[in-house]
Amino acid sequence: MKSPRSYSRIFLLLVIVLAIVFCVNISLGSVGIPLSEILSVLTGGEASKSSWQYIVLDYRLPKALTTVLVGSGLAISGLLMQTLFRNPLAGPFVLGLSSGASLGVAILILGAGIFGTALGSLLTSPWSLVIASALGSFLVLLAVLAVTLRVKDTMAILIIGLMFGSVTAAVVAVLSYFSNAEKLQQYVFWSFGSLGNQSWSGIAILATCTLLGIFLAFVSSKSLNALLLGENYARSLGVRLKRTTLVIIITTSVLAGAITAFAGPIAFIGLAVPHITRQWITSSDHRILIPAVLLVGSITMLICDAVAQLPYLEYTLPINAITSLIGAPVVIWLLVRKRKLLF
Amino acid sequence: MEGKKKHTVLEAVDLSIGYRSKRKETVVANGISFQCSKGELIGLVGANGIGKSTLLRTLCGMQAALGGTVSILDQSIASITPMALATHLSVVLTEAPSSKNLSVMEFVSLGRQPHTNWLGKLSSTDRETILRALEQTETLDLQQKKCYELSDGQMQRVAIARALAQDTPIIILDEPTTHLDLYHRAYILKLLKRLTKETQKTILFSTHEIDLAIQLSDTMIVMTPEAILVDEPCNLISQGHFNSLFPEDSIFFDSETGRFTVRE
Repeated sequence: MKSPRSYSRIFLLLVIVLAIVFCVNISLGSVGIPLSEILSVLTGGEASKSSWQYIVLDYRLPKALTTVLVGSGLAISGLLMQTLFRNPLAGPFVLGLSSGASLGVAILILGAGIFGTALGSLLTSPWSLVIASALGSFLVLLAVLAVTLRVKDTMAILIIGLMFGSVTAAVVAVLSYFSNAEKLQQYVFWSFGSLGNQSWSGIAILATCTLLGIFLAFVSSKSLNALLLGENYARSLGVRLKRTTLVIIITTSVLAGAITAFAGPIAFIGLAVPHITRQWITSSDHRILIPAVLLVGSITMLICDAVAQLPYLEYTLPINAITSLIGAPVVIWLLVRKRKLLF
Repeated sequence: MEGKKKHTVLEAVDLSIGYRSKRKETVVANGISFQCSKGELIGLVGANGIGKSTLLRTLCGMQAALGGTVSILDQSIASITPMALATHLSVVLTEAPSSKNLSVMEFVSLGRQPHTNWLGKLSSTDRETILRALEQTETLDLQQKKCYELSDGQMQRVAIARALAQDTPIIILDEPTTHLDLYHRAYILKLLKRLTKETQKTILFSTHEIDLAIQLSDTMIVMTPEAILVDEPCNLISQGHFNSLFPEDSIFFDSETGRFTVRE
């Protein structure tokens, strides 16, 4: 355990890195914009070219903010699930939450075409996507939880997550068979994951959900710490297990659901970031881990996004591919190096 | 049974324990009555599967009794809120903490949870209690270690330190001597004995170390298929109750030496 002082140094460092990565993320893209120009735009000044001003304020800044929200929210939901399921391999993607959210969105987008316009008119509101995908992930999480009550084996839980992935894929396949090309394209693009093209009102919704989730997570940190001992110990310490479990489940489904609705299913951030964070923060205390995971999640996501937008090129890669390409080797490396993942 | 003992802190009256499912009740044992008083060390012995853990879980409030009552400090356990119960009774379970990544200091500090605010901030009193618990279990020098680095014997001492940090009048331990060598089994039970004397806490533990428990416990609860007997160890020996603990085909209790011997 380190002293509070050395933790505050780590936090200061993380905040500085986040600020730098944030600016670098905005400066990179098909058109490179010098960092000095970005700083002046962000601090309320004018850029030397009006097109830069436009690109930064209307395109890259909202995208970078979305990236920060997505990264921090997914990482926090991963941390909560690792503690709740007492499984270092838990995460929103592995446990099928993202699949559940995808299913909700697939039914909304593809189903709207099949079941008529009543559903279709709902689609115009960005809230409906959020609700559909949060509901999807909530249902999957409930199912996973029901399994954990019966099966104590953590392997089984991961297999359930995988099975939900397959079921989602199957349902989506059936839905897409019956839907028109336009709707299908809309869904496929959504499923690639995208952080850009968010309206400010969309970002406001995403920010509301993410901040609410982070707030609930932080408020639960005492119970989360008790859960590190196991359910029976937690109960003997006066934790109301049912209520705590419910709060954690709602928190993770709001986080994973809202994020998946806006940015598509994004793999590995939720699983890998808590483990990467534990490389520096040796404490298991959630009061320290939650803010640290939040910062590392944002930084990681900004870096992944910077890579995905292929600086100075016209092309952009699907963000989901990049997080998997970076996240999967990190998990393998941690496993090989430490022999086992601790949480 | 005779009238109420002085300073009774934990009491079971005509307790019936077991499992209740939708269709039926499975009674593991019934008619259990005993009283534990302040500063007493109570050993619970019985063969595998006789229901020791079920009894302990019922006494801790982790599962409901099928009949009868458990009272803690003259209050029925069913009417105590989980938070209040956590300030009356702490447990040491056979399971290790789920997260082995906890440091010993963090693990023991979690014992203070019932006494801290919503964020779990430790006051100076909390810190003092934690350090005293580490001192009493001789684990002060382990405090920076991670739980995965500890040996079984160290882990058990740290688990007891966590219960001590919770600072409750009653501590219940489920088989604190499993996985330990003879030296550490004796060490742990002597530690419990010392703690009851030093802190006036009531400590109830289950164990398979019958001879050690006979030497150290103030009272023993002996669970046999026929009956549940509660008395001082010397009385239980003189009445020959330990012989009914196990089927007598391969071992028998030698009341001269106070231990079990293999039948030739």
